[in-house]
Amino acid sequence: MSDSGLILENLAILWRGAPLVSVDLRIAPGEVVTVMGPSGVGKSTLLAAITGTLAPGFALQGGIRLDGRELTALPPEARHVGILFQDDLLFPHLSVGANLAFGLSPRIRGRAARRARVEAALAEIGLAGFAARDPATLSGGQKARVALMRMLLSEPCALLLDEPFSRLDAALRDQIRELVFTRARALRLPTLLVTHDAADAEAAGGRVIELATPG
Amino acid sequence: MRLRYAPALTLALMLGPVLAGLAGTLLPAFGIFPALGGTAPSLAAMRALLGWPGLGPAAGLSLSTGLAATVLSLILTALIVGSWHGTRAFRWLEAALSPLLSVPHAAAAFGLAFLIAPSGWIARALSPWATGWSRPPDLLIVQDPWGLTMTLGLVTKEMPFLLLMMLAALPQAQPRRSLTVAQALGYGRLTGWLKVIFPRVYAQIRLPVYAVLAYSMSVVDVALILGPNTPPPLAVQVVRWMSDPDLAQRFTAAAGATLQLALVVAALVLWRLAETAAARLGRAWVAGGRRHHADAPARRIALILGALSAGAVLAGLAGMALWSVAGFWRFPNVLPDTLTLNPWMRHGPALLDPTIDTILIAGAATTLALALTLACLQAEQRYGLSPGARSLWLLYLPLLIPQVAFLPGLQTLALMAGADMGRGAVILGHLVFVLPYVFLSLGDPFRSWDSRQATVAAALGAGSARIFWTLRLPMLLAPVLTAAAVGFAVSAGQYLPTLLIGAGRVQTLTTEAVALASGGDRRLIGLYAIAQTGVVVLGFALAIAAPRLIWANRRGMRAG
Amino acid sequence: MLKRLIVGLGLSLATAAGAAPDPKNWDAVLDEAKGQTVYWNAWGGSTATNDFIRWAGDQVASRYDVRVEHVKLSDTADAVARVLAEKTAGKDEGGAIDLIWINGANFAAMKDNGLLFGPWAGDLPNWHYVDVAGKPAVVSDFTVPTEGLESPWAMAQVVFYYDTARLPEPPKSMPALLDWARANPGRFTFPQPPDFLGTTFMKQALYGMVADPAVLQQPVEDVDYDAVTAPLWAFLDELTPNLWRQGRAYPQTGPRQIQLMADGEIDLAISFSPGEASTAIANGQLPDTVRSFVLDGGTIGNASFVAIPYNANAKAGAMVLADFLLSPEAQARAQDPSVLGYGTVLDLAKLGADDRARFDALELGIATLSPENLGPALPEPHPSWMTRIEADWQARFGTAQ
Repeated sequence: MSDSGLILENLAILWRGAPLVSVDLRIAPGEVVTVMGPSGVGKSTLLAAITGTLAPGFALQGGIRLDGRELTALPPEARHVGILFQDDLLFPHLSVGANLAFGLSPRIRGRAARRARVEAALAEIGLAGFAARDPATLSGGQKARVALMRMLLSEPCALLLDEPFSRLDAALRDQIRELVFTRARALRLPTLLVTHDAADAEAAGGRVIELATPG
Repeated sequence: MRLRYAPALTLALMLGPVLAGLAGTLLPAFGIFPALGGTAPSLAAMRALLGWPGLGPAAGLSLSTGLAATVLSLILTALIVGSWHGTRAFRWLEAALSPLLSVPHAAAAFGLAFLIAPSGWIARALSPWATGWSRPPDLLIVQDPWGLTMTLGLVTKEMPFLLLMMLAALPQAQPRRSLTVAQALGYGRLTGWLKVIFPRVYAQIRLPVYAVLAYSMSVVDVALILGPNTPPPLAVQVVRWMSDPDLAQRFTAAAGATLQLALVVAALVLWRLAETAAARLGRAWVAGGRRHHADAPARRIALILGALSAGAVLAGLAGMALWSVAGFWRFPNVLPDTLTLNPWMRHGPALLDPTIDTILIAGAATTLALALTLACLQAEQRYGLSPGARSLWLLYLPLLIPQVAFLPGLQTLALMAGADMGRGAVILGHLVFVLPYVFLSLGDPFRSWDSRQATVAAALGAGSARIFWTLRLPMLLAPVLTAAAVGFAVSAGQYLPTLLIGAGRVQTLTTEAVALASGGDRRLIGLYAIAQTGVVVLGFALAIAAPRLIWANRRGMRAG
Repeated sequence: MLKRLIVGLGLSLATAAGAAPDPKNWDAVLDEAKGQTVYWNAWGGSTATNDFIRWAGDQVASRYDVRVEHVKLSDTADAVARVLAEKTAGKDEGGAIDLIWINGANFAAMKDNGLLFGPWAGDLPNWHYVDVAGKPAVVSDFTVPTEGLESPWAMAQVVFYYDTARLPEPPKSMPALLDWARANPGRFTFPQPPDFLGTTFMKQALYGMVADPAVLQQPVEDVDYDAVTAPLWAFLDELTPNLWRQGRAYPQTGPRQIQLMADGEIDLAISFSPGEASTAIANGQLPDTVRSFVLDGGTIGNASFVAIPYNANAKAGAMVLADFLLSPEAQARAQDPSVLGYGTVLDLAKLGADDRARFDALELGIATLSPENLGPALPEPHPSWMTRIEADWQARFGTAQ
């Protein structure tokens, strides 16, 4: 069995000593696993454990490995785990182009090269020439695409989705869902989707895990 | 910088001077003051204090004016917010709030004194046609022995402060939904608000109310201008003893300062007990279910009183501005005989140095306070330190302990600590008072920043330093600048700390204004009051304008 | 307790004085003063004096390269307290205060406690112009010998000013003042003690009531204080209810009376500066119908001084400034009513013709009395009178609700 993919090995999250979530799971490259369950069951907490942003009071047991690297001891910025929330969370004080440049890997050097990469990325999502725009002036679908592209530009090794489609209207939802999953599979990213919506799980087409309230 | 030590450092810088200063006051009060030969504990100073015939009335004045000013400010604030929150009239009051807050206490007191004195603007406007007065009547209005005018002056300045605090606390009480429910149950707007929302809001603004009580009981500059003098309130008398040529009076001063501290503590305890009693009565009132249909007149009265209070400060300031350009101005003329720029030409150059020093000191103290506050908040978030109720109390401590109770001791400390009692020491002294205000105004916006932004940025590979400097700080630009303007205003208004720690060598607009006030030249007082207010207003204007200019093309930065 | 303090301070004074400049070697003083900054602590409540101090600072800056910073006090006692605080902290050199405008009880307190540098005043080059014989107050500050620890720079004498438009014939004695106040209640007041001018009003009243004024030159402990002051308290008991605001509030300083008179609240006010009314008219603060007068039998006069704290940082610069204040040029300017209107401490007979001409050219101003009309000055009582009367007034009138 290879080391590639995202491995949650006997992962248990405790809240002030009491067990909250426990998972044992391997997500292969290009695979999408959906986690479902009622509110308060700890779905978002599971994602925070993987990004490394658990609030104080939570404790972690077990291991999180990504392509063979142990993540638990790493700070969030060194984990290379991308995440999308239900809100686009574009930085409101930066232009669309600056938002993308914020995510763009530092390996691309030189102002001209970085600008060219940002322009190309915008063209890829049908927003050519939008670099100088105020993100607040974009439509909901445009914002979602910029947020996705910003995340992809940082060259993540795994993808976490925290109900990213729930705020979009029905027509747009299908379109963005399609875009995200296509990209994730093309880049062979292990993807973990947290959702309430059975249609999301269906579109993801992978395994579905039901989290239940502990005890 | 080791972020982890930021909270400890901040507390030390803020509370160290307060505690050291208190020791420097308590020791002489009980006879210990080696330079004056006090080496053994003694109760002589306390006996001297008790032997002063004015003690009863002076202590009584401190209590009565402090309690009255606090009760009135709180009631008026609650009535105004309860009656008018969310209406157009309220937006007008809110617009007047920043200018009202930025008028220094001394300037507001001068303005009020000119407005309501027998020779003041109101009497002039009504004379002689309505009153028949060709010369001012011999009425004791300003400096009345009951301290009523002083109480009034305090209310005009403390009410805007409580209003601001209440507005900040209001969203957590979800006023609109609760009020809708109450109105649906048949309660009038004001009654419903008082029964349903006020108890929750009060719990939030309890500490600011305590700060108002402690301040009103021990204020010196406002008391000097509007308060009685036969005898004065205790805090003024303590300052007098402190500057008595008979050096032995410094023991009495220390004993008086100790009594002032005890009085404030006692009043706070009293207030706490009254809170419990009021809560019991209030619960009975709420449970009684009466709908009270006198809402409309109560609401109108609240609006009139609020407008009068705001108008008094602004009109007083206008009076001061007019005096600064007045030629000879005889009673009962409403306007000066001639207008002249002479006072500005003559004193303008002398105004420059204290203005520069005011800006320098306030700027430095505010920058330091901002840096410490941001470091604390960042450490709190990074290490998951949860700020408990206790840390909030610590934050308020410098505002709850009367300035006269610890500044003289602090003066001795500043002297012993180092040779240079210049601006540096004054800046550190101001920091004690600037820090709490900066922390209080920045804490909530900082903590309520959407932490998912940080998660997203970290997932994009940004470390915590980069997240702080490129995301959190720019996105919080408006609240940071507002906190800075508040800190600047607090520093610019300090009188006793500047005077005592600066050895008189450091002169700000406020120390100059109070020194000149003893001469009673209204033109000069007007000039300094305007300069003093102008510097502070400029700070607020910059704090409001800068984010709008910088983020002119960012619609997402304008909300909220 | 105070004795121990004096011993302690005296010891450190001896060491501090060791390194201080020697005024007998004036050239060395001038050399040392070059580039120094003198922090002059002086009451800042009067625009006229503030302007004069600024002028004096500009002059010594251009002539002797001595910078002057006016530290504006609301009460001279603040400066005394400051020196004491420095003493407490063991700061025996490099103190914050270089020169203090001082007299009376503040001087007595600093002298008694060894907080002053000196003697130096008698060694100033301009000292030989000073009218020691004609104006004994220049070496006897409220009867306390100055012993060269302070240098005089202005003479002051009690005058009253009144608005002729409202009060054609002012009362010229204390009994007449009382009668007038009874007939016109609320039209007179005085600055509230411990303001020195208010206490001075009471000392002035006392002068007219004692059989032998010589008792006032002795410390109060040595005389029958109660008997001497009984008529004063009887007088004040009758006067107070007829004061402005029935004596329930007072102006806090002398200059504040100017505003009260301009507003038409009072008709009569006390001043320690014969030129104050003229200066206020010139500044548009008083109408030009205001005039001055003195009481029959004379009024109290004293001198204003400057002193140097024992731990002053710029003693040489402070002495240079004090010497400049004694120069005929500075004295003539101070006497100009459009500037300050203070009396000179110099003996005009000792001056050269050019310097004398400076004084002869002065226009005294419409509200200023000529030296003949001002009359002889009564000497200040011993400082203990001031302290005791002030305390008693506080107990009797200052704390009554």
